[in-house]
Amino acid sequence: MDGHGDGQSRWCLSQVKGAVDDDVAEADIISAVEFNHSGELLATGDRGGRIVIFQQEQENKSLPQCRAEYNVYSTFQSHEPEFDYLKSLEIEEKINKIRWLPQKNAAHFLLSTNDKTIKLWKISERDKRPEGYNLKEEDGRYRHPSSLTTLRVPVFQPMDLMVEASPRRVYANAHTYHINSISVNSDNETYLSADDLRVNLWHLDYTDRSFNIVDIKPANMEELTEVITASEFHPLQCNTFVYGSSKGSVRLCDMRASALCDQHSKLFEEPEDPSTRSFFSEIISSISDVKFSHSGRYMMTRDYLTLKIWDLHMESHPVETYQVHGYLRSKLCSLYENDCIFDKFECCWRGDDSEVMTGSYNNFFRMFEREGQRDVTLEASWENGSPGCPLKSWRVSTGSRRKRNEIGVDCLDFSRKILYTSWHPQENIVALATVNNLYLFQEKLN
Amino acid sequence: MFSKGTKRKFADGGEEISDDGLVAARVASSYSLQRQSLLDMSLIKLQLCHMLVEPNLCRSVLIANTVRQIQEEMTHDGSWHMVTEAFCGASQSPSERLVATEVLCRSREPDAEPKLFSVISYEGCREEEVVADETLCSVSVSDTVSNVCLSGRMGQRWEKSDVEREEEALEDSRLGSGDDDEEIDTEDESTPEGPKTIGQVFGTFEIKNGSPGPDSALEELFSDVDTSYYDLDTMLTGMQSAPKMGPYDLLDSLAPSHSSPSIVSTPNCRSDLNELDHIMEIIVGS
Repeated sequence: MDGHGDGQSRWCLSQVKGAVDDDVAEADIISAVEFNHSGELLATGDRGGRIVIFQQEQENKSLPQCRAEYNVYSTFQSHEPEFDYLKSLEIEEKINKIRWLPQKNAAHFLLSTNDKTIKLWKISERDKRPEGYNLKEEDGRYRHPSSLTTLRVPVFQPMDLMVEASPRRVYANAHTYHINSISVNSDNETYLSADDLRVNLWHLDYTDRSFNIVDIKPANMEELTEVITASEFHPLQCNTFVYGSSKGSVRLCDMRASALCDQHSKLFEEPEDPSTRSFFSEIISSISDVKFSHSGRYMMTRDYLTLKIWDLHMESHPVETYQVHGYLRSKLCSLYENDCIFDKFECCWRGDDSEVMTGSYNNFFRMFEREGQRDVTLEASWENGSPGCPLKSWRVSTGSRRKRNEIGVDCLDFSRKILYTSWHPQENIVALATVNNLYLFQEKLN
Repeated sequence: MFSKGTKRKFADGGEEISDDGLVAARVASSYSLQRQSLLDMSLIKLQLCHMLVEPNLCRSVLIANTVRQIQEEMTHDGSWHMVTEAFCGASQSPSERLVATEVLCRSREPDAEPKLFSVISYEGCREEEVVADETLCSVSVSDTVSNVCLSGRMGQRWEKSDVEREEEALEDSRLGSGDDDEEIDTEDESTPEGPKTIGQVFGTFEIKNGSPGPDSALEELFSDVDTSYYDLDTMLTGMQSAPKMGPYDLLDSLAPSHSSPSIVSTPNCRSDLNELDHIMEIIVGS
């Protein structure tokens, strides 16, 4: 567990965003959560195609035990629903992924994507405006020339802060299938976008061309047995990227090797344990997320039941495997029936790569300490626990006896799940989305 | 989760069956029952994908792979052979086509009706009671066929567009000459090819009955959605309340204790139908 005898963890609830009632509109369901590179900004995307950005307030020096709060900074409509007239199908406006670009000047840039189109958004502040024009009034009307008797130089006057989001690029028409990942390269000039069968490379400045770097579409679609599920650039090497598949393998590709990286450079795949083989083996091995460590030495993969950490130098098996919710193994048929087995959970690294985190059902999330081999199960709930109060850890038991803070497998609520998580790059603050709300947790400062 | 009280088949012949043999037989038959129920569930999932939004390819591929696995195991067991023999006779090689193909996608041939149910309930004990019910047969066939029409159209869009139309459209838009007429013509040309290219998983699941014909693809699209919509609605209504039996109700009766998939998936279908209704209004311009 987590070392504390009383089952208390180091984590406490910081904030909850969103409606507190159970009646949530489909459009408000959060579908993406991402901190920017400094951690000052937190972006969330929802099924209605909107993006809400929260900003961390400047720290209050008089209350050192409270870390700064996140408040709404900007809200804008990123993607609109579209109708594909050719196929008579709707293209959902749901935001699938958000990725921030490293900051180069005062403005912030992020990439957001739905199933088909990626957009580059510029978020900038305006807190001054020029006043004192000679030819125009304050409201824009032109002054009568005869009223001009003096000449003055316009000056900037402070105004209320206005945050503007403007679309700077729209990268469209490059994906036949649904986009599942985007990843900005360390060169800060290019990024990749991956759909079910292809990975494309873009230059941020050019929207009219993209290069296909991986294509696993078979000549005959009837032979299709494997799809791409996640993809990411290496954080330091601009020529290296990985993509995960529905068969549980991850391929590392080097763009220097060839223009089309269908031949992988490394294949990370753990041989299947024949004793646990079932009809669901393939489905639960499907990679739902892949993330490089900040150091670039390791890579983490999430499949339905486990988190695996791979050393990039060793392809044969992961160096660490963590059971997220192994108690579900006996429930796979029910989970297949209600489609929960297809849920795609994300995972994330702590800033110093010492811990990893992922979500589960019943609004539980799991944190794993790598060195100490300790793990903890916490619940995202605004009912149990007030801000500042340390969270109690939970256990899921398969037996019939119940102790305090234990819950039976059959009592788990599979409609409440945490799919999207993000860890602040420098501080111990995590953001995660339940179906209804955005939760922020921070580590108790001793 | 799995059925417990279903009829068991006893081995033929007058040989004595020991206790161990009986237990083994029960276990084996329970396993094959579970496997069959999983197969049925998977096939339903493939049929009932979202009608409005493009189906999730990853999910479909995973389900199709599961079905393939079951099929392979059943072929290996010999039980697949038994299944396909039951309905298709010697006309097709059993391993090439999946159960659902025959069951759900046979065109309106009258002699197919009894076979329809003998396949779903391939344990011989069910055959007589099912075949006898005329109403059951007629309702189910039209429902399933219309359901297939709908998903057939979907599958066609998905597959065909992927193979031919979409790429041409992409090229067109890149070249800046996105001409609607051009695209429709392309679709016309490729339409007759569609059904012929089907052999395996995606083809057989999605596209079935007869060739769509050389009509304008758009017209077909709408005509299919028009009629199938109501049939699908009827069928789905039948899923929740049971005035008429559809194939899904039959599955329920086959494996009663594994909670009916219809109830799980119906709410999704209902909201999809509302959305479909909404979209139809937009298209029709009412």
